[in-house]
Formats: sequence, structure tokens, C-alpha cells
Amino acid sequence: MSAKFISIEGIAKRYGATAIFEDLWLSIPRGGFTCVIGHSGCGKTTVLNILAGLDRPSEGVVIVDAQAIDRPSLDRAVIFQSHALLPWRTVMGNVAYAVSSKWRRHTRAQIHAQAQKFIDLVGLTGAEGKRPAELSGGMKQRVGIARALSIEPKIMLMDEPFSALDALTRGTLQDEVRRICLTTGQTVFMITHDVDEAIYLADRIVLMTNGPGAKLAEIVDNPLPKDRARADIHRHPLYYAVRNHIIDFLVTRSKNFAAEGSAHDPRRVPVVRPGVIENLAGVPGAVQHEVMLHRTGTRFLES
Amino acid sequence: MTASLTLRAALVSILIFLAFILAWHLAVRGTAAVQQMDPEYAKLMGTTATQGKSAMPGPLDVGAKLWEHARRPFYDNGPNDKGVGIQLAYSIARVGIGYLLAVLVAIPIGFLIGMSPLFSKALDPFIQVLKPISPLAWMPLALYTIKDSGLSAIFVIFICSLWPMLINTAFGVAAVRKEWLNVARTLEVGTLRRAFTIILPAAAPTILTGMRISIGIAWLVIVAAEMLVGGTGIGYFVWNEWNNLSITNVIIAILLIGIVGMLLDLLLARATRLVTFPE
Repeated sequence: MSAKFISIEGIAKRYGATAIFEDLWLSIPRGGFTCVIGHSGCGKTTVLNILAGLDRPSEGVVIVDAQAIDRPSLDRAVIFQSHALLPWRTVMGNVAYAVSSKWRRHTRAQIHAQAQKFIDLVGLTGAEGKRPAELSGGMKQRVGIARALSIEPKIMLMDEPFSALDALTRGTLQDEVRRICLTTGQTVFMITHDVDEAIYLADRIVLMTNGPGAKLAEIVDNPLPKDRARADIHRHPLYYAVRNHIIDFLVTRSKNFAAEGSAHDPRRVPVVRPGVIENLAGVPGAVQHEVMLHRTGTRFLES
Repeated sequence: MTASLTLRAALVSILIFLAFILAWHLAVRGTAAVQQMDPEYAKLMGTTATQGKSAMPGPLDVGAKLWEHARRPFYDNGPNDKGVGIQLAYSIARVGIGYLLAVLVAIPIGFLIGMSPLFSKALDPFIQVLKPISPLAWMPLALYTIKDSGLSAIFVIFICSLWPMLINTAFGVAAVRKEWLNVARTLEVGTLRRAFTIILPAAAPTILTGMRISIGIAWLVIVAAEMLVGGTGIGYFVWNEWNNLSITNVIIAILLIGIVGMLLDLLLARATRLVTFPE
């Protein structure tokens, strides 16, 4: 497992004299789920578009699997915020279009079978013949996910994929994406505004300061266990420590980060594990929970 | 229970039609005074003078003549006496050829303009100058260079069908949503495949709308063009019957031009519906 499957090396994006961001460095391991969180206008989407090859950095390079990115590739599937389905094609037609783009010599039956496999995976069996206009927002985004997965990409890039959905649908789709990513070991780079979504889905949450001149402030190494479930994630002893850390960042630190005065090295973005007490590693979670509550002043340890 | 809107509308349409026919019939009844004249002279003067019949044919005259045409639409008694079916066929053929040539030219150039900002800017002044020219203004130039009246009429149809299709194609192609193009880019779709699988279906409703406008204009222009070039066609038929002072035939020709125009428009409307997608 390469620690640097994706390596963002000193990228910058400038429009005239204003730099949206400058000198961003980040590496992402294979099979990791990375979320980027930050306020609007900090250039999250631009970073994603550069990773996709849809946009070019003004400076710097992105290396994926030991190759510099200079254009879009079938190795990197994009799930668009607006789902971007082709309205004149059916569900099957949309997914099959992607499949036939990847495997140009496949027969019709092979393309159909591959597309069907991923339509089934996202739970749209039976809706193959429908057009996007006949689908709900959640179903459209499922088609978008099936289309991205069907080309078996090395990386999935998701640009706020659930932000246009209602809360209930969003929850269901997050569960689906998590299930699919865990079973397939997909490398994912996702942009979100939603703190809970990031904590539920991501292994690592990258905090981005406000633009212009945005920086990658910290990487939060998600301390929650891999087998977390939506139903009881909020009961985990470290959940609120992570959540509060991120929210504190979004509310105040994202604005004042430059004034914090810490020696910030863009090449070595600090990794933090909120709430985790280093010398308690190996101590059962329930005990850690008590210790943490004590530390945060919510409850005293009973002797 | 109230009848459906369509049925009620049809009923009102029929009533309006009957009222129009009745008004027409009453308006052209013989009203003028009958003049006393020598019977030999009366033979030369016709029914208008001798029986006070209106010079304007009534609906019954037109109906009878229409029936006559319907029974023998394709007779050919030489250059000045052909069935209306033949005349219409000539007109439709000219419109068809000129229009198809325009499609072949307008859609590729429209694609070029829509996809390339350079060509869009470079060709814009030419289009802006050429577009407002009345198609008939080209006629002398066409006759002089082509030296064939039939081909000149086709050229005039070509030039008048060109602009709406060209402009709509360019607009439709330029307005294809960025996100659909990005889908094609991330799937590494080649230029040609992108043009046919993304841009063409996305722009098709706009292109077809342009084609529908064009066929309407082409059908308007063919009548005028054939009046000028003569020989055959429904436009020539109208002018020839005017020279024959057969107002009945002129009215019939007007009616037929309207019906054919409506059918052509209906055809393109159907085609537009086929390529339109709901969003």
C-alpha cells in the first residue's frame, strides 16, 4: 500500500493577481476516504477539478499512481453535485455510456451486464428504463454513483454529492456510499460542507482555511473505529471531540488561521487526532470515554 | 357531463367555418342589375353582365372546381395546363431539394460556429449582413450565374432556409451544458463521439426548432420565387390563373398552399417532439 497514491505537490490557482490558494501539499493513501471541509470560496471545488483534470493549476502538479495529471482520465471518476446525467438517456443508457467509453471493444451484452451490475449495486434495479426526469433527486444521484463506479476507477472524486438532497435521502445515500467504499476499497476524495457527513464517511478530514490565499490548515485523523454505524456514532466517546474540533475550526480558526502565528509548513500539514489521549492507547473505549468527559469538564471521575 | 375541450373546440371551429361559408355565399349572390343587350353581344359578355352574377366565385363554384381538381390532380395538357397535383409536386420538390441542401450546409457550419469561439466571431459579420437580405433579391444573380430558372428557384430556397437553421444550430451547440461536456471529458470521449453523443442530442431540440422556422419560410418564398421564374409550380399556377382571370383557381391555389404549409410544419413539429427530452 503506497502512502502517496495521490500526491498534490505545491499547486496554486490564481486569477490575475488574486490567488484562490497557493502552495497546497497533500498526499492521500490508496483505499483512503478523504474529505475536504472549508467555507465556500476557499477553492475546494477547484482542487477537486484539478484532481479530475478538468482544471489546471497555475503552478504545481498532482501525481496519481506515479503519473502527473494533465487531463481527465477514466481512472478518476467524478460524481458531480448536480448529478450531470444525460437527460435524453435512460438510467441504463447513462451508465452504459460510461461503460462503453471505458471498454470500447466490449459487445453490447458485456456493456449491458457491467452497467446492470452497478445499477443493482446502488439499488436501482427495475428503474433501468426510466429517464432522469422521472427520477427523484436521490435516485438521480444514485445513477451518478453507479455511473462513476461502473468504470471501476482508481479514484472517486465527489463534489458535494449529497448537498442537494433532503436529510433522509442524504443519510441513506451516505450509508450506501460507505458500504460500497468499504467493500470495494475505493480511494475517495470528497468535498463537503457537512461536518457529520465528513466524520461518518472519512478516514481523514482536511480542514481548509478561507480564501483568497486558502491553506490546508490541518488533517484530522478520524479516531472513530472503521466499523462505526450511523445509529450510534454520536455515542462514541470521541465523536464530540472530533466534531467540536472541526466546528471550532469552521467558526473561528478558518478566518483567523494566519493570525494563530504557529509556524505553518504547507509541505507538512499537521495531523491531529482530537480527543485521543496518547498514553491511553490500548485502554478500552468505555474508559477512554470517562477520561475524556472528565477532561472536558462534563463529569468528574468517580473514585 | 361536459364534453371534452377538444370536442367543444372542434364544434366551435365547424360553426365558424359554416358561418364563413354562408357569409361568403350571401356576399357573392347576383345583385347587379341585368342589362338589356343584343343576344349576340350577350354571348361575348358572360354571366356577370347578362345575369347579374357576381364576378367573385362563391363557395359552391370553388367546391365544384376543387372536386374537379381532386378527380384529376395529375393531368398534363402541355405547359400551361397541368393538374394542381403536378404543380404542388414541383413546388414541394424544389422546397425539398433547396431545404435539404441548406440542412447539409447549415448544420455542420452551425456546429463549427457553436464549438469554436474564433469562427463564431469571424463569421458573425457575414451572417449579420447576409441574413436580412430578402431571398428574392438573390434571384437575378442566381439566374445570371446558374442560367437555369428551376435551379435558381432551388437556390433561393436554399439561401432562405439557411439562416434560421445556421443560427439555431450555432446557438444550440454553444449552449450545451458545461456539466454534460465535463462528463464526456472525464470519460475520455473523443471529439467526434462527443459531437454525436453529447452535443447533437443536447442541441437537437434547438436545431429542430430552427429547421421548423426554415421550412415555414421556404414554403412562403417558393410561391413568390415561382411567380418570378414561371414554368411550373404552385406559385406559377397562381399567376397563370390570374392571367386567365380564373379567380376560382386562384382561391383553390391559396387554399392548397395553406394546407401544404400546415402539413410541412406538422411534420417538423412531430420530429421536434421526437428529439425533445424532459429535464
